[in-house]
Amino acid sequence: MLHIEALTKRFGENTAVDSANITVEEPTMIGIIGRSGAGKSTLLRMLNRLSDATTGTITFEGQDVTALRGAAKRDWQSRCAMIFQQFNLVPRMDVVSNVLHGTLNKRSTLATMFNLYPQSDIHQAIEILDRLGIAEQAPKRAEALSGGQQQRVAIARALMQDPKIILADEPIASLDPMNAQVVMQSLRKIHEEDGRMVIANLHTLDTARRYCDRVIGMRDGRIVFDGTPSQLTTGVARDIYGAGADFSEAATSTEIETLDRSEAQKTQAFA
Amino acid sequence: MADISLSGAPETVDHIRSSYMAQVQRRRLYGGLTLLIFVILMVSGFNVADDRNAGGFWEGLHQIGDYPADVLSEAWEKRADLPGLIAKYFPALVETINIAAVSTLIGAIGGLFLSLLGTRGLAKWPRLIPMFRRLSDIMRAVPEIVIALVLIFVLGGGPVPAMIAIAIHTAGALGKMFSEVAENADLKPVEGLASTGATWPQRMLLGVMPQVAPNYLSYALLRFEINIRASAILGFVGAGGLGYELRNAMAWGPGRFDEAAAIFILLFGTIVFFDQVSSRYRNKLTEGQGQ
Repeated sequence: MLHIEALTKRFGENTAVDSANITVEEPTMIGIIGRSGAGKSTLLRMLNRLSDATTGTITFEGQDVTALRGAAKRDWQSRCAMIFQQFNLVPRMDVVSNVLHGTLNKRSTLATMFNLYPQSDIHQAIEILDRLGIAEQAPKRAEALSGGQQQRVAIARALMQDPKIILADEPIASLDPMNAQVVMQSLRKIHEEDGRMVIANLHTLDTARRYCDRVIGMRDGRIVFDGTPSQLTTGVARDIYGAGADFSEAATSTEIETLDRSEAQKTQAFA
Repeated sequence: MADISLSGAPETVDHIRSSYMAQVQRRRLYGGLTLLIFVILMVSGFNVADDRNAGGFWEGLHQIGDYPADVLSEAWEKRADLPGLIAKYFPALVETINIAAVSTLIGAIGGLFLSLLGTRGLAKWPRLIPMFRRLSDIMRAVPEIVIALVLIFVLGGGPVPAMIAIAIHTAGALGKMFSEVAENADLKPVEGLASTGATWPQRMLLGVMPQVAPNYLSYALLRFEINIRASAILGFVGAGGLGYELRNAMAWGPGRFDEAAAIFILLFGTIVFFDQVSSRYRNKLTEGQGQ
């Protein structure tokens, strides 16, 4: 379905992503982990074609994505939705308008200028908001919402695109643990119910373990781990993060229960 | 969910949908009305202007290129003289730039005080904010050419009345732009300095200026470019400099178009030069901030 071959991105002297190879055969929920600067964001941005690859190819369902230009490239972007760490909504527009931005690729500039979205699209936008549990916020300005609500609006915009793939670049890094859980559960639900591929950059191990079917670890631009969550042992995690023996999973956690859980693991280990 | 049960009866999706659709209809209506008013104003305004116009718009439209064509063809015929003419008018250009530079400097200092005294949260005397705002309104409402004509009548012709006239207009215009920047400045550093017992000038200099300096400089440089053009125009009413020479060259009509062309080249070159210099300088300033 999705083949990434020898994908490389260089910024001058620095190599942000160093010949990455990933093959995905069916819609999967994939978590990419690694410390900041490991090239996770660059990889996702190249997938969405927000930035161009230096060398290498991305192939999706037989189509060479890296070669697309102009309208074809924008069409790909509409099929490959992106969710950002800082939500990247238009703060002064209302929630439904922000969700309707997901249809921009199908609409002419003139129609958007006069706010002429079809009624069916508006109804669908409100349905998606209802599915994510924030329909009551529909007429409010996006900036009036809390971080967790804004991220759900961003997910609604992504769903409005009706994409094959949803890319999420650190979707929960600016959220508190409760909201992080809600957002991750929404992404998981979207993957399970709609069968969409979800690729999320995550900076915490336990989130990747808990929600993803497959985990990819990156370090200094290279893919150093690719496997199931159960294969992701503490030793492997130390390698990915380049950490010493004092590294514990609780240190990177945003989950409330993790502290208790790691205590429990420790007692198990001693037993 | 917890938040729904708190708000009493849960709003149904249908209700949300219909109320949002009503909101959209209203917004489209306003949008349509705005568009209609815009079109009416455009059409009626054009017709009024066309009626009042001595020659008529459509009859004159095809002649619009005649004058530049005359100037260009004559300048091309006498192109050998151009370097000499440019050298001849260079002192006049220096005078024009001098007028612009001095008036921008004085005007920027005036605008700085007007802006700080006229911005909520920063003003030394909050009650006087409206006064300073109206003062800057008046200063930029009066065209510089009007002030210059009055001053030339009082002081006689020359660069000084032009300089004063442009400085007054610049202070008013920059006061407005500066205060819009200052409104968005973060007040926390100012509060921090106030907590140490700093005076108002100290708070402004150390708390506000570092935040707004790049924007202020960029506006001042833009104003400098505008003032070069303004001081050239004031030459038309007897303020000296390049404008005076340009008026003579243009008023004489055919025969001296090569001089007019030389002056246009000088003006254009100057604007391009200062645009390049100022954009480089501004980039340096904003990049230096990050380090």
